[in-house]
Amino acid sequence: MIRNITFTSISVCLVLNAVIAASNISWAQDKVAAKAVELKPVSTFQSITDEKQRSVALFEEAGKVIQHPRCVNCHPATDRPLQNLTMHPHQPPVTRGDGGMGVPGMMCTTCHGSENVPVIGQAETIKSIPGNPNWHLAPIEMAWEGKSLGAICAQIKDHERNGGKSIDQIVEHMGQDHLVGWAWNPGEGREPAPGTQKAFGELIKAWAQTGAACPS
Amino acid sequence: MTVHSIKSTRRSFLAGAGLVIGFTLAPRMFSARAMQGVQAGGDTALSPMNAFVKIGADDTVTVLSKHIEFGQGPFTGLATIVAEELDADWSQMRAVHSPADDKVYANLAFGLQGTGGSTSIANSYEQLRKAGATARAMLVAAAAEEWKVPASEITVEKGRIKHAATSKESGFGAFASKAATKTPPAEPRLKDPKDFILIGQELPKLDTVSKTNGKAVFTLDVTADNMLYATVAHPDHFGATVKSFDDLQARKVQGVVDVRQIPQGVAVYAENTFAALKGRAALEIEWDLTKAETRSSDQLTADYEKLFAEKGLAATNNGDVEKAFSGNGVQSIEAVLAFPFLAHAPMEPLDAVFVKAVDGSVDIYTGAQFPGMDKSTAAKVLGLDPEKVRVNTQITGGSFGRKAQFGSPYMQEAAAVFAATDGNRPLKHMWTREDDIRGGYYRPMYVHKMRGAVDADGKIVGWDQSIVGQSIMAKADLDETSVEGASNLPYDIPNLRVISHNTTLVVPPLWWRSVGHTHTGFAVETFVDELLEKVGKDPVEGRLALLSKEPRHIATLKKVAEMANWGSPVPEGRQRGVAVVKSFGSYVAQIVEVSVSNEGSPRVHKVWCAVDCGIAINPNVIKAQMEGGIGYGLGAVLFDAVTLGPGGKIIQSNFHDYRSLRINEMPAVEVAVIPSGEPPTGVGEPGVPPIGPAVANAWRRLTNSPVRRLPIVNVLSA
Amino acid sequence: MITFKLNGQQRTFDGDPDTPLLWVLRDFEKLTGTKYGCGIAQCGACTVHLDGMTRRSCITPIATVDGSEVVTIEGIEGKEAEAVQKAWVAIDVPQCGYCQSGQIMSAVSLLQMTPKPSDDDIDGAMAGNICRCATYQRIRQAIHDAADTMEG
Repeated sequence: MIRNITFTSISVCLVLNAVIAASNISWAQDKVAAKAVELKPVSTFQSITDEKQRSVALFEEAGKVIQHPRCVNCHPATDRPLQNLTMHPHQPPVTRGDGGMGVPGMMCTTCHGSENVPVIGQAETIKSIPGNPNWHLAPIEMAWEGKSLGAICAQIKDHERNGGKSIDQIVEHMGQDHLVGWAWNPGEGREPAPGTQKAFGELIKAWAQTGAACPS
Repeated sequence: MTVHSIKSTRRSFLAGAGLVIGFTLAPRMFSARAMQGVQAGGDTALSPMNAFVKIGADDTVTVLSKHIEFGQGPFTGLATIVAEELDADWSQMRAVHSPADDKVYANLAFGLQGTGGSTSIANSYEQLRKAGATARAMLVAAAAEEWKVPASEITVEKGRIKHAATSKESGFGAFASKAATKTPPAEPRLKDPKDFILIGQELPKLDTVSKTNGKAVFTLDVTADNMLYATVAHPDHFGATVKSFDDLQARKVQGVVDVRQIPQGVAVYAENTFAALKGRAALEIEWDLTKAETRSSDQLTADYEKLFAEKGLAATNNGDVEKAFSGNGVQSIEAVLAFPFLAHAPMEPLDAVFVKAVDGSVDIYTGAQFPGMDKSTAAKVLGLDPEKVRVNTQITGGSFGRKAQFGSPYMQEAAAVFAATDGNRPLKHMWTREDDIRGGYYRPMYVHKMRGAVDADGKIVGWDQSIVGQSIMAKADLDETSVEGASNLPYDIPNLRVISHNTTLVVPPLWWRSVGHTHTGFAVETFVDELLEKVGKDPVEGRLALLSKEPRHIATLKKVAEMANWGSPVPEGRQRGVAVVKSFGSYVAQIVEVSVSNEGSPRVHKVWCAVDCGIAINPNVIKAQMEGGIGYGLGAVLFDAVTLGPGGKIIQSNFHDYRSLRINEMPAVEVAVIPSGEPPTGVGEPGVPPIGPAVANAWRRLTNSPVRRLPIVNVLSA
Repeated sequence: MITFKLNGQQRTFDGDPDTPLLWVLRDFEKLTGTKYGCGIAQCGACTVHLDGMTRRSCITPIATVDGSEVVTIEGIEGKEAEAVQKAWVAIDVPQCGYCQSGQIMSAVSLLQMTPKPSDDDIDGAMAGNICRCATYQRIRQAIHDAADTMEG
């Protein structure tokens, strides 16, 4: 039984002193959706005549990726990354550290290599350990966890909170970056982000070209 | 590959009250080929003084530990007891595992060789004092003969034998072989405990160095030339059996040698561990679930609760409980508590190495908690005379009860794996963590129904407790381990009734560090806390007032309250909880300080712990066991459950979903060992029971929600 | 053929390239100080130093180790290692001892990078190493003690 657990839901639980049902959260890897979620191509949005509305719609479509756990898990609101479609805190408990690369004694590279590694002959619920040569957390100012798509959009455009990137650089980052691309190649046992990085990149590019408007 | 011919020449040896029959081992013929693995009984070149003490020409004294060393400290504790009476110097002491022998090395509390129930020190104390004193007398006799002086004039101090008048002095080694021929005294003189030099000191542990440089040889580290590695595919339902299997892909895996069905599953044999794992993963197995447990944990809980309506087995029935509850002005509280299955999850999963000698006898290297039983079980499976099987107990990576199994079911599997081969290659059988978590022999599920009655004066007048769960001892009638700690409630409550209901499941049960106290301690200590709160009494003062017949409970509780400065202001956002539990003859009281973590779960900052375990052999080991018991118990109450999902499939499989406490969750622990002249009792388990209820009691004060179901964190997250 | 340096010596491996470093160390190199505990990088018992950094050998295919330098508990040296091992012995950290090789490998790495760690630094470095005996309090103390001796 996989449930979406967030810090807030737990504290609400406590505050309300709710009657708590017996259950178990799942620490296993994702139950991969039978059919991958597709992204609508940019052309679908041509019919929206108002450019601002079109821009917003493009971003909302791209938001299926941006707000997918595969992306949010490494854009956490705290110093601890998340895991799984349930977005539970990473186990073992790892910490952001300098440059989002982990801390002395337990850097990300302690477990994450330059590529995904299949786990053979162990837990059926852990099929692979993810990896990428540039494996690291997004800086805290780029935290997406718990934010609305509109807030994320504003943040993406804000130089103070996007690593000083221009819109063009953002388009390139989203569409080309290898670590971003990991979201569509997350290793066995993990549901990939919707669509493809190419389709996502095109949506972001079209969004930029239509004035990079944000959902309200 | 190896020729091991063992000959035992028995000779009569009386140590004290005729407890001990000693025997010596003639040197074995070692193979010329290298093999890593520690033979039971230690170096055969050493001179045996008796079954427990060997002395080398180099002055070393080796204690043969009949108890397995898996971290709880018997090597150090037993060697301390011997060294004390032997007047040895600590630096000359060594310890090894004894051979398997249910008579010579019987646990005097059980009647067969075995470690458990926190009895290692308690049952060995007199026996090893006598073994040490006997060896000392034999050394003195040998020196007296050699020096031609009266034995009565010889003194022994810090490993030196001295005769003052002639200024003669020697170490033990020079007299070791001669001493071994001396007749042991029928009744060796033991020291007055007030003269103890080593007992009570914080001597460094004997096994620490090899455990910090990678040199300690655990079973998993035993290697033999030309060794095969085997894993077994097990079902994910209890009671399932192999219906059919396809090993075509498995056999194609590089390094896989063979695949065989055994009663427990399908065994894959390979040239290395990884090939065995990869081959196992490539098996296609259809399991027969006809006899499997198909109920989920939720269903089991519901089924268990139905049993409260039945009569059950009376464990205790003092006074008149029904009358107490129906008295004038009496108020009652009820609670139903649910406890999950718990896996022990020792760091070293179960494993064993088999090496056949040219004479057809077999050496088994394993973490044997019941070595004699493992030996007879293996002999039966292998079709050998038990005399042809030697169990060499290895240093072991934890157990917490897991490796103490009547009938040795693990050894049945391991031996079956070996028996399915021609036996010409040594074989290592290893469980993975998944085999371990899903392997059963859990702390059983229990459901408790608690009723408490308080009268108009605020006095607790009635206690009615029903406990439903499996009998660990597989009894049809009352199993003491289901009710211990409740049936003998230490609190003065005039009307006390404790009822037990045994259930039968396919899921095999086992003792788990502190056995019945894992749940009765929690139930009793959280419920008494709630009752005291209801009548407006302080948790410490209230307990003390109910413990009038229990002076050692009182002293332990008072000590921990003093350590924590109970009653002093608690930091903002924190609350304290207390619990006191006697288990295995030892008394442990704990006070915890808890807050709500960012994740909304209990954050335990500090634990104060007072323990009375009689004479303290090594206070440092006692403190370590309290620290460890607290961490082990805390991890379980916070995070752990093995759950059967719909259809009975086991959900958890490894440390990602069967969480262990980690360093960032470990509270600061302060331990006080209460001075005592009482006979020593155990410390391996008694640190566990109080931590859960102490945390739950603090949590109730923090959040106003009593903990009714464990583990705490899973339930909070649901 | 995979070539790597193990505790200062050149080694080769020509078996299944998927084989985790852990099993190469244990079964082929007969270096058994590095332990198996979970096989999924949850417990840290298999921790080694790979090119100077901690690495869980159980999820490290030997193919990815080609050209790298591996140090295990048997080969660890230097002032941090000495200080850590001494501190471990001085306060009798181990109980069953099975996890301690991994604990020590993590602790040494921490001190190499952070000579005077805080409690938070220790949590950060050590939270990936499970000890079922819960020797954590002594591990924390021993790391502080080791840091003090290195300083002194």
